[in-house]
Amino acid sequence: MLFFTRWKAAAIVLTALVVCLFAVPNFFPESMVQHWPSWAQRRIVLGLDLQGGSSLLLQVDTNSVRRERLQALDEDVLRVLREARIPFTGRAVRGDHVEVHITRPTDVDNAVGKLRALSQPMPGFLGTTGQRDVEVSENGGLITMTPTEPAIIERIRQAVDQSIEIIQRRVNELGLVEPSIQREGADRILVQVPGLQDPTRLKEILGKTAKLDFRMVDLSMTPEQAAATHPPEDSEILEGQTPGEKYLIEKHVLVSGGDLVDAQAGFDQQTSQPIVNFRFNSSGAQKFAAATQANVGKPFAIVLDNKVISAPVIREPILGGQGQISGNFTVQSANDLAILLRAGALPAPLTIVEERTVGPGLGQDSINAGEHAAYAGAALVIIFMFVTYGLFGLFANIAVTINVAMIFGVLSFLGATLTLPGIAGIVLTVGIAVDSNVLIYERIREEVRAGRSAINAIDAGFTRALATILDSNITTFIAAAVLFYIGSGPVRGFAVTLGVGILTTLFTAFTLTRLIVAYWVRMRRPRTVPI
Amino acid sequence: MRLLRIVPDDTKFDFMRFRRISFPVSAMLSIVAILLFFYHGLNFGIDFIGGTLVEVQTKAGPADLAKMRATVGSLHLGDVQLQEFGAPNDILIRISEQPGGDQAQQAAIQKVRDALGDSVDYRRVEVVGPSVSTELLSYGTIGLVLAIVAILIYLWFRFEWQFALGAMIANVHDLVLTVGFMSLTHIDFDLTSIAALLTILGYSLNDTVVIYDRIREMLRRYKRLPMPALLNASVNATLSRSIVTHVTVAMSLLALLLFGGQAIHSFTATMMFGVVLVGTYTSVFIASPILIYLGVGVGRMGGAEEPEPPIVASTAPPALGKPTAPSARRARARR
Repeated sequence: MLFFTRWKAAAIVLTALVVCLFAVPNFFPESMVQHWPSWAQRRIVLGLDLQGGSSLLLQVDTNSVRRERLQALDEDVLRVLREARIPFTGRAVRGDHVEVHITRPTDVDNAVGKLRALSQPMPGFLGTTGQRDVEVSENGGLITMTPTEPAIIERIRQAVDQSIEIIQRRVNELGLVEPSIQREGADRILVQVPGLQDPTRLKEILGKTAKLDFRMVDLSMTPEQAAATHPPEDSEILEGQTPGEKYLIEKHVLVSGGDLVDAQAGFDQQTSQPIVNFRFNSSGAQKFAAATQANVGKPFAIVLDNKVISAPVIREPILGGQGQISGNFTVQSANDLAILLRAGALPAPLTIVEERTVGPGLGQDSINAGEHAAYAGAALVIIFMFVTYGLFGLFANIAVTINVAMIFGVLSFLGATLTLPGIAGIVLTVGIAVDSNVLIYERIREEVRAGRSAINAIDAGFTRALATILDSNITTFIAAAVLFYIGSGPVRGFAVTLGVGILTTLFTAFTLTRLIVAYWVRMRRPRTVPI
Repeated sequence: MRLLRIVPDDTKFDFMRFRRISFPVSAMLSIVAILLFFYHGLNFGIDFIGGTLVEVQTKAGPADLAKMRATVGSLHLGDVQLQEFGAPNDILIRISEQPGGDQAQQAAIQKVRDALGDSVDYRRVEVVGPSVSTELLSYGTIGLVLAIVAILIYLWFRFEWQFALGAMIANVHDLVLTVGFMSLTHIDFDLTSIAALLTILGYSLNDTVVIYDRIREMLRRYKRLPMPALLNASVNATLSRSIVTHVTVAMSLLALLLFGGQAIHSFTATMMFGVVLVGTYTSVFIASPILIYLGVGVGRMGGAEEPEPPIVASTAPPALGKPTAPSARRARARR
C-alpha cells in the first residue's frame, strides 16, 4: 500500500495538478481570459442566486398546438372535398378529431381515398416507421380523421424549438446581456437572464404570441346582430382594444405577419401619435396589393392575437407593400409591438409557470456569506485536524486543500453552476473529506496498539480503511445523484458540488494522502508513528 | 507534541445494554414525530404549495410593517404574510397561491410591484405556479423514496440483508425524527429542505456503514463471541473515529450556520439536527443493537465465553511490556 513506483507517483501528482489548473481561469478577469486558448477558458458559472438576475420558466400551451393542427386539418378536409366536388355534411372538429359525413354512399370510397392522401408517413430513424401522422377511419359514411399522438408530440417539439428561436430574437431585441434559453422537459423553456432586476417588460414581451393577421371586416351584418343570432359561417366576432368594442371579421386571412420583413416604431406625420410602420416581403406585398385593389372603400382589420387593433378603410390600393398600424399606442407599446413583429409570432402561447428573480444586493450578500462560511469552516477543521493528529493532521490538511482545489477544477471544466447551496456543499465536503483521513489514522492507531511496527501499522491502516471509505462515500453519492435528478436550480448546484466533492475525496484518499505519507515514511523511516 | 485525544484509546462502554431503553424511546419519539407531521404540519414553502415570495428592502429606514401589510392586504390577494427577515428594513412578503392557474400568479405579483412601487428594492422575487409546485412536491417525495430504495439495494449487495434492513430502519428513523423537528420548529420546508434530508440520509448511512464494516470484520474474526459483546467491541473501536468526524462536520455546519446568512439558514439548521444530534445517536444505539434482533450472528458456533478481543482491552505492545498471563491468553485467542 505504501509502495509507489515513480511513474505512479508522477501520474498522481500530474493528474491532481492538471485538475487544479482548470480552476485557474476563475481568478482572472474576463478580459484577460479571452486571449487564452479555448480549452483554457472554462470557468465556473455563478448561479443566479449569487449573480443576481431573473429566471423564468415558460410553458408552451400544448393544447393550442393540438387545436391548430385540428383546425388546419379541418380546412384541408374542406378544400379536398370541395375540389373533388363531393357533397358532405356535418364537418366539424370534435375533441381530438375531425369528422365529416359523406352524403352519397357511392362517394364514400372516393372520399376516403382522397382524404387518406392528406395523411403523411412519419419519418423514423431509417426511413419511414410505417406510422402515419393522421388516422383515417370510416363508419357508415362518417369519416373520422385523428392526428396520431407521435405526430402531435413531434409538432409540440417543433413548436418548442421554434419558440426558443423566437424568444432568442425577442430577448436580443431587448438588448439583454447573455441570456440563456433552454428547453426544459417536453414542453417547457427556461429563460435565464443574469443581471435583470425587473423582468416585467421581459414577461410582457414573452407573454404575447404576436400573431398578426390582415383580414376583411364582414359588413353583411352588425356585430350585435351576429352576437344575437349566429355569425356567418366564415366570420367570427372579435373584440377591439377598448372593452365592449366588437367587430365581425372574416376568418379568411389576407396576409399574415409571417410575410413581414420589417417593422419600426414611429410617429404619424399628421397626428404625431406613435405608430408602427411595416413592410412586407414580395409575396406579402403582392397579396396585400391584390386584397386592397379588390376592396377599395371597405374597411379591413388588423388583428393581433385575436384582438382588432385597428380597422381602417382602404382608400386606395396599396401596391408598395408598406403601411402603418395606428391605434392606442404609447411610445413604449409601439416599440414593443415593433419588436414582436420583427422577431416573429410564437407558434403557441407561453405561460410563465415559475419565476425567480434575485437582486444584486442579495446576490453579493450571498457570495460574502458563502465565502465567510467557507473560510471559517476550513479554518476550524484545519486547526482541529492539526491538534488531533499532529504531523499526519498536516498531511490530511494538505490533501483536503488540494481536494477543494480539484473540486473547483472539475466544476470549471464542466462549466457547472455554483449556487449558494453549492458553496454549502463544498463546506460540507471538507467536513466529510476529512473523514476518510480520520478513518485511516484511527486504524493506524489501532494497529499500533495491537503491536505492529510503525511501517506495518501505517500500511495495515491504509489497507483496512480503504474498503470502508469506499462503501461509506458511495451511499452519500447515491443520495447526491438522486438529488441531482429530482432537483432544480440552486438545489441541483448543491447536488453537483456534493457529488463532485465525493469523487475528488475518493481520489485524494486513495492516492494523495497515501503518497504524502509514503514519501514521509521513505524519508524518515520512522520507528514510531507520531499519531 | 501532545495530541488531542477526545476519546481515550481503550473505551469499554457497554452501549448494547442501553438498547432496552433506546428502542422504546426511539419508537416513542418516532410516533411523536409522525403525529406532529400530521397534526401540526410542516411549514411548506412556495416550492411545494405555490404562491409568491417577495423579499424587499425599504429604501428609507426601517420598514413600517403595519402600513405595508395594509397596502398589500388591500390588493385582495388572499392570505398574505409579512415578516421581518434579518434586518429591520428587510421584509419578507408571502402571498398564497392564487386561484386561476399560472396566469393568476403573474397578475398577483404585478399588483404587488405596482402597489409598492419605488419605495422598496426588490432583493428577491419568487413566483411558483400550481403546475410546478405539484411537480416539485411529487419529485421531492419520490426522490426520497428512491434514494432509500437505491441505498437499500446497494447495502444488500455489499452486506447481508440484515445489515441492509438494520441500516434502513435506523436511517429512516433519522429522517422521521428530523421531519418531526422541522414540524416542531415550524422551519421553512422547501426544496433545500429535501436536499438537507437527502444529505442527512447519505451522511448518516456513511456513519452506519463504518460501524457495520467493523462488525463484519469482527464477525469473521471472533466466531464465538456473543453478539452484544461483539457489537460493543465494534462500536468502541470505531468510537474515536466517529467522534472526531462528527466534530469536524459539526464545525463545518457551525460555520455555515453562523456565517452562511439567512438564505440557507433552514437548510443548515436541519442538517445540524439530523447529522450531528440524531445521526450519532442512531448509529450507535439503534443501528448496531438492531442487528441482534434481526438475528445476525445466530448461525455461528455457540456462545461460549471468550476473552475480549485485543482491540477493546488496553494492550501494551508485546515487545515492550512484560508478558503477563492475560497477554498470553490474548495471543492464543488471536491465533
